[in-house]
Parts: sequence; structure tokens; C-alpha cells
Amino acid sequence: MRYYTYFPGCSSSDGGAKAYNWSALAVARALDVELIELEDWNCCGSTPYTSVDELASFCTSARNLALAEKRGLDLVTPCSACYVILSRTNASLKEHPELRAKVDEALAAGGLEYHGAVRVRHLLDVFANDIGYDEIASRVTRDLRELKVAPYYGCQVVRPGPSFDHPEFPQSLDRLVESLGAEATLFPLKARCCGGSLIIPEEDLALELIHKLLDSASSNGAECIVTVCPLCQTNLDLYQGRVNRKFRSKFNIPILFFTQLMGVAFGIEDKVLGLEKCIVSAEKTLAKYGGR
Amino acid sequence: MEKKAQGSTFVEEVCATPGGEGLRLCIQCGTCSASCPNAKRMDHAPRELIALVRAGMREEVLSSNSMWFCASCYLCTVRCPRDIKPTELMHALECLAVRQGLSTARTLTPIMYRSFSDFVYSIGSVPEVSFMTWFYLLTKNPLRALKMMPLALSLLRHGRLSVKARRLKPESERQLRAILDKAESLGGLS
Repeated sequence: MRYYTYFPGCSSSDGGAKAYNWSALAVARALDVELIELEDWNCCGSTPYTSVDELASFCTSARNLALAEKRGLDLVTPCSACYVILSRTNASLKEHPELRAKVDEALAAGGLEYHGAVRVRHLLDVFANDIGYDEIASRVTRDLRELKVAPYYGCQVVRPGPSFDHPEFPQSLDRLVESLGAEATLFPLKARCCGGSLIIPEEDLALELIHKLLDSASSNGAECIVTVCPLCQTNLDLYQGRVNRKFRSKFNIPILFFTQLMGVAFGIEDKVLGLEKCIVSAEKTLAKYGGR
Repeated sequence: MEKKAQGSTFVEEVCATPGGEGLRLCIQCGTCSASCPNAKRMDHAPRELIALVRAGMREEVLSSNSMWFCASCYLCTVRCPRDIKPTELMHALECLAVRQGLSTARTLTPIMYRSFSDFVYSIGSVPEVSFMTWFYLLTKNPLRALKMMPLALSLLRHGRLSVKARRLKPESERQLRAILDKAESLGGLS
């Protein structure tokens, strides 16, 4: 059994991406990984807080790091935004002594201290590198051969780094998909931006980026896309209809969390994985392979 | 606020913020602008924005829409041959624009960021429905909210719309607030 401190993040814990949290926990259990939720964690602040008040945003994520440090385990999150924000705080505190002094002072006002010892990890990193592809392959019970999957990394899981994978041409998710028995398709835009939270204030801009991604995946034969980020999933899934309307396209590509695909391959029940929460239904696509 | 009219102080101010320190190293190669997925919508693409900062053009820079179109994809950051971290620079400029009351009204991004941050500050979590409602209230444009209704219904049908907010324990909420109030009293980064 391996133990980690777990930071689900707002969207996965109580927001629209609950299926990510559910499937992550179910798959982790199947792999003898225990994800112990960090008690009373707060929102990492994400890009918005960073863009409004930098010091406050560093303090917001430093509280989480301080709480995690007491536990002495790696801090794992399934969310790319949480991952980049928490890692960035770690790096900035090391690089900027003046910032560090201010953050220390603020933390002290809450009776906390942080010494910089927490290692922040993305769940993909843990599965790919701590558990490993062979171990993952050994748990597969359902035959997903020939299912064509576009592995979508997005931005913040590999950038700015230093990260566990290449910042522009990552491979870990490709290999993970292959270890499940499915086929990772070519996907030239696999580490390009979906527009992130700009979908809310600048929808047209984001729809254009999403369109390019869906086009890149589908023109390479993908039957579904797997993501490692709640925001990427929402943008590609919820807004797929709007992309179709705007660009007169006919995409109908299910967008799964990578943990959902892992769960499918491991034979975990659809309900536990929250598959019914996909807005573009994955049912028909998955039914074609290794049906039960 | 103290008056900072001279060009040089603006450069110093930006250089003093984490992410801004590399500003003087820029060789104006334009790799950042060429890598940016949103450069074409910006008043000034990243390379140009850096040139303007170095020229001390505070108003021009801080009231532009450029940094608000940064999606934090960090492509410029990993490609910059001078290790400047333009993404961090964009965040630094956004914070300066907010603090100096210069953030533009030509994009809704500042309002969206503000409504998100309000929740982080007040309850330490961001319940999506309340956050979106707050955002549309702050934009003072109910029509925009109407346009979102089909998406909200679609989320609801798929069990992805929860009204319930995750709340921290009261003592944790107080702790976070104490930390953030202290941060506020320390007066930002620069």
C-alpha cells in the first residue's frame, strides 16, 4: 500500500467534475494507493487569485502546503490548475526570500509555518511513475484493443515545469493509455491550451481553441479524448455543442477523465466512475469494446 | 497612492515582483508572441508589452487588455531563450493594474477573476453556481446569464450542477481569513 496526501481541488470535490474525484479514488484503491484527503484544505486560488492579488494568492496556497507538511507525505492532486499553483508557490518561496518572509509572517497570523518540504505531485505522475505502466497493465480486465484514444495533456500538467514529462511533447499519458490496452492516437495539439477559465469572460476565444483541439484529435481518428484536468474536461465536453454551432462542425467525441478510462479497463462499474456525467455520452463508444 | 510618474519607477516596480525580475534580459526576439495562442486579440502581444514596460509606459500597459487574454498556458515561458517567464509577468501586470485601478473594462476577465477571488477570500472554496451568479451580477448584464442557461441545464441534467458549497470548519475559515488579512496589511509584493 502506498500513501499520499490528497488535494482534490474545488471542481473535483464539490463542483462539476465530481466524476474525476470518484474515479480517481476508485482507481487508486484498485492499485493499492491510499489517497488521504488533506483535512480542511482551501481553494488553491487558481489563476484568478494570482491575477488579482499575488501575495494573497501565495498565502492561500501556502496554507495548504503548511497543513500538508505536517503529514509528511507527497501532496497529490488530480487537477492541473491546483498542481501548477501549488508547485509555483513552492518554487517562488524558494526563489524569493522577501516573498518568503511575508508569507511566513502571514501564515504565523494563522498559527502555521511552512518550511518548504512538501513535494507537489499530479495524479498522472503518481500513476505513471510511482505505480508504473506494468502494474497498471496487470490490473486490466476489459479488452480495450483498437479503442482509439487521444491523450490530452493540456498546459499546466507539464508547464512551466520542471515537470515529470516533456513540456511540449509529453508521453506519459500516451503510455498509460497503451498500458490499458487501448491505442493512443497521434494528437499534435495534445499539450496546447483549451482556453482555461477564459471560456467564461471570452467565450469566442476559447471556442476557437477548443475547436482546434477537437479537430486535431478527430482528424487523427480519435474515438474519445482523455484529460487530466477538470477545466479541460468541462471546456471540451460542455462546450462541444457550441463549437459545433459556431464552426458548423459535427464533433461527437466523448471526453473522459484518464481515471475514468482506467476504471473502465479495470472493470469498475460505470456508476462508480461517474460515466453518466459525460455530456457527450461515452456509452456507445465504450460498448463497442470488450463489452461485459 | 504615491505618484509614480517617472518611467524608470514603473520598470523597477515590475522588476520587483516575482516574475518581473527578468524584464531587463529580454532581447525582443518575439518567441513569446509567436507562441501565444491569444496574441492576436491583445492590444500588445507579449514582446511588445515587454518593450512598453521597459519604455516606462505605465498607463498604456496597465490599461491594455493584453495580460487579461493570457490563459496561463506557459508556452512562452518554456520557450523563452532568456528564461523571462512572460506568464508570471502577465500575472504581475494584472495585479498592478488592479491595485492601481487601471484594469480595462474591454474584457470581462478582470471581473471574472475578482468574483472568483472574492469566494476564495471569504469562504476558502469556490462553489461554481454561486461564483457564476456573483460574476453575472458584477457584470450588470443579465442577458449574459440567460445565454448560459442552456449550459446550466445541461450540467443539471448530468448531475454536475451542485448548489451546495463546500465549507471549511469555522475555525479553518477563521484561520485562512487571519492569514489573508495579515497578507493584506503587508501591502502586496512590491
